[in-house]
Amino acid sequence: MSAPSLPIRRRSTALLVPPILVVAAYLLFAGHNRPGGGFVGGLVAGLALALAHASDGPGAVRRITRVAPTTLLGAGLVIAGIAGAGGWLGGGFLDGGAVELTLPVFGTVKAASATLFDTGVFAVVAGMVGLVLESLSGEETPS
Amino acid sequence: MSVAALLPIAVPLVAAGLSMALLGRLRAQRAIGIAASAATLTAAVWLLIGVHHGGPVTVVVGAWEAPIGISLVADRLSAVLLVVAEVMLAGVLAFAMGRRGDERSMRFFHPVYHVLAAGVAISFLTGDLFTLFVGFEVMLMASYVLLTHRADAARVRSTITYVVVGLVASVFFLVAIALTYAATGTVDLAELASRLDTVPSSVRSLLALTTLVVFGIKAAVFPLFFWLPDSYPAAPAPVTAIFAGLLTKVGVYAILRTRTLLFAEDGPSELLLVVAGATMVAGVLGAIAQDDIKRILSFHIVSQIGYMIMGIALFTAASLAATVFYVVHHIAVKTSLFLIGGLIEDVEGTGSLRRIGGLARSRPLLAALFLPAALSLAGLPPFSGFVAKLALVEAGVSAGSWAIVGVSVTVSLLTLVSMTKIWNGAFLGEPEGPPAVAERRKLPVLSTAAAAAVVAVGLAVAAVAGPLLDYAGDTAAGLGAAVVEEAP
Repeated sequence: MSAPSLPIRRRSTALLVPPILVVAAYLLFAGHNRPGGGFVGGLVAGLALALAHASDGPGAVRRITRVAPTTLLGAGLVIAGIAGAGGWLGGGFLDGGAVELTLPVFGTVKAASATLFDTGVFAVVAGMVGLVLESLSGEETPS
Repeated sequence: MSVAALLPIAVPLVAAGLSMALLGRLRAQRAIGIAASAATLTAAVWLLIGVHHGGPVTVVVGAWEAPIGISLVADRLSAVLLVVAEVMLAGVLAFAMGRRGDERSMRFFHPVYHVLAAGVAISFLTGDLFTLFVGFEVMLMASYVLLTHRADAARVRSTITYVVVGLVASVFFLVAIALTYAATGTVDLAELASRLDTVPSSVRSLLALTTLVVFGIKAAVFPLFFWLPDSYPAAPAPVTAIFAGLLTKVGVYAILRTRTLLFAEDGPSELLLVVAGATMVAGVLGAIAQDDIKRILSFHIVSQIGYMIMGIALFTAASLAATVFYVVHHIAVKTSLFLIGGLIEDVEGTGSLRRIGGLARSRPLLAALFLPAALSLAGLPPFSGFVAKLALVEAGVSAGSWAIVGVSVTVSLLTLVSMTKIWNGAFLGEPEGPPAVAERRKLPVLSTAAAAAVVAVGLAVAAVAGPLLDYAGDTAAGLGAAVVEEAP
């Protein structure tokens, strides 16, 4: 189902996918205090996957994610679980903590454990979209 | 203690993630499954002991106090049901691992099965109405996947009913939650219990009715049970077994919880009593008309749900205790019967009573496993079903509800009739026509052992019936302060 006859679409997809992923990453990190978050970020990243899939056909998802969507999904769930369990060190399960770091170039950065949890959610959502795309187009899900 | 209440939810979810990431590495997935089952079962037992000695355990997730945060509450009822559920989940997982054949479908089975386990745990442990919805949804999503994964056209067709009914029930549930929140400003069950007193009685009745319909669909009570006998038998054996054992019982638990905690003032319910009787009769008549082992057993789930609803409808301390005992008994016995039915299908190639026969001679082990479980389901002494039904009938007699007592005893006899039908059809007699499989298949060792273990759990329920009934009595007494006194 690759589409060699549509060079404009393929070219524009290649141009669009990286910025979309950057926006997705931005949403992920902005989500702590402003609109955004892991779920929204994951959906936007999923959008990039869907665009690539529609334009370049089978294998496109895998070229972006590098790993199987199921791996992404599972790893996300594990990361979120670990971030949640980390709350036991503080107030209780799913409790959040944050540290202020002063880094060169970036200045003062607030690192919250909620971001780790959101990263997990991001991976789950993006993995899910990838899995749906591959399943619906009948691609095998190799282990 | 709070850790023990969280582990049954957190461990299966992390296990699901790991199992998903390691998709296709069946050995690793199995190891994860065994470890997760052991961990959650240990946590559930630990929780039960803790609750038994120290009273209800409340955990505020994320250190946000209610009403903002989500609270998990484990009392005697949820703790004992959680332990039984985890035992069944572990047994069925072992059964599934032991089956030979389709390895490809097993690799998705593992992660999704863990998600199902998490959903069951959330439903039992939650302290607010919305998290109960989340628990139901997690459970349902997993069950949709388990039913449809690698399904043929016939299975997809019969699953469509299940999915549509599930979605409709979910929408009703959301409406009920929205109404509750609009009327009281909270979805926390403990908070609701006190605030509902200030709500006008018409609104209260509306809430009681909507929640009853929602949980009635999940629990498959008359007339909302039609989806069950159609969808359950189509699934693979371990999936049917765990659905039959646990999913409808989560609905019963929700009815029990809301009736005792939120709508305790309503007291005994004529409506529920009628529903209970109709559920028993409809289920058992359906079962008698069937000719396939799994379909007969599926109709029996419906019939048995009627008994549990009967205990809730009578609403005396004794009847609620009997319901709790009945649920525990039913989860174990029903799961074991479906596992045995699955074994029969695996080795004989079909579950149709017309095409199998003489199993008592050719497979004495299966007969030995089936007989106690079937007699227990029909309510014969000395099995747990007898204790459960006797407790219910006693509660009915002392409440003076002769009609429902009569119905329940009659239905019990009819249950025996249809169990005899399976016995005569599958274990005695001769098959009509050639066998469905030419070669003689051996029983899978691990699966048979798992089925035997689950049967043993069912027998153990009878052995510890005395203490368990006492425990159920204490549980019922702790459910709501407003449980009515026995009628004179």
